[in-house]
Amino acid sequence: MEYILIIISAVLINNIVLAQFLGICPFLGVSNKVNTALGMAGAVTFVMVLASIVTYLIQVYFLDKLGIGFMQTITFILVIAALVQMVEIILKKISQPLYQALGIYLPLITTNCAVLGVAILIIKKDFNLLEGTVFAAANAIGFGLALVILAGIREQLELVNIPRAMKGVPVSLIVAGILALAFMGFTGIVK
Amino acid sequence: MNQLQNFTKGFFKENPLLILVLGCCPALATTSSAFNGLGMGIATTFVLLGSNTVISLLSDVIPDKVRIPAFIIVIASFVTIVDLVMQAYVPELYETLGIFIPLIVVNCIILGRAEAFASKNSLLSSFIDGLGMGLGFTMALGILGSIREIAGSGALFGYKFINGDGILVFILAPGAFIVLGYMIALINRLRKT
Repeated sequence: MEYILIIISAVLINNIVLAQFLGICPFLGVSNKVNTALGMAGAVTFVMVLASIVTYLIQVYFLDKLGIGFMQTITFILVIAALVQMVEIILKKISQPLYQALGIYLPLITTNCAVLGVAILIIKKDFNLLEGTVFAAANAIGFGLALVILAGIREQLELVNIPRAMKGVPVSLIVAGILALAFMGFTGIVK
Repeated sequence: MNQLQNFTKGFFKENPLLILVLGCCPALATTSSAFNGLGMGIATTFVLLGSNTVISLLSDVIPDKVRIPAFIIVIASFVTIVDLVMQAYVPELYETLGIFIPLIVVNCIILGRAEAFASKNSLLSSFIDGLGMGLGFTMALGILGSIREIAGSGALFGYKFINGDGILVFILAPGAFIVLGYMIALINRLRKT
C-alpha cells in the first residue's frame, strides 16, 4: 500500500515536471514528436532508476560512513555522468537496436536536472533502497507521461495558425501551464 | 567586442533565460516571489563568476578530452560553497530554495558559458561575461518573480499594496509556466519589430 501511495503521488500529484519543475529542458527540447518523446522517456527511466540505486548506495556506505555529506553534490553529479557514459558503452556492445533507439538521448541526460534531483530527493526523504527505487521509477513514469502528453499536443499545434511570436517555446510553456492546472486536479486523491 | 558589450549582452541580446531559454527549471521553481527569484539569481551568478574565472585560468591545463568532467567538478565545487554559505547565513532562503541550490550544478547556463566562452577567452573577458550573464539571469528571475508575486498575492518583496487575496494560480506551478511563456512571447514580438 505504501508503495502504491509513493507511485500515485510521484506520477500524478507531485509530477516531477509539472509540479516540481525538474527536467524542463528535455521537456521543452524533445517534445516535438511523440516518437522522440517516447525514446527520451525510455532513456530517462533507465538512467534515473540506475542512478538512484547507485547514488543511494554511495550515500549510505560511503558518504555517511566517512561523515563527508557535504561532498554529495560533487559525488552524485560525477557518478551520474560516469554512469551515463557506461550505459552508453554497454548498450552499444550488447544491444544495437536499443542503442539506436536511446543512443542520441543518453548524452543529454547528464545535464537533466531530474536525474540528480530525484537522487537528492531520495536522500532528503529518508527512503530505504526499495522505496527509493520505486520512487525513482514512478518519477521517471511521471516524466514520461508529461513528455508524451505535451508531444501529442504539440503535434496538433503544428497545424494551428498561432501568432509568430508565440511559436515554439512560448506556446509550449503555456500548454505546459494548462497541463499543470489539469494535474492540480489530482491533488487530494491521496490523503 | 569591447568589454561593455561583453557585459551588457547578458541582459538583452543574449539573455540566458528570455532569449536562449536556458536554466528554465530554477527560473520556474524559485520565482514564487520576487525575493526568492533574486536570491536564486544571485546564487547562480556567484557560481557562474567563480566557474568562469577558474575555468578561464585552467583552460590551458585541462586536456581537451576530459574538459566536460573537469568543468563539472569546478562548477560542483562552487555550488557546494554556495550551498554551505547559504545554509549558514540565510537559512530561511535556503529552506525555500531547497533542492534547487545543489541543482545549480546542472544549470545549463553555467556549463554552457564554460564551454562556449570561458575556455576560449581571457580571464577578464570571462569574468565580465560571467557577471553580465549572471546578472541578466537574476534580472529575468526578478521580473518573473515580481509579476507572479504582484498578481498572485498583491504584494512585492513581501510588502502588500493590494487588499484581498490575489489570483492564487500565479503563485502555484501553472502560473510559472504561463507567465514565462508570455514573457518570452513578448520578447520575441519586440525583437521582430
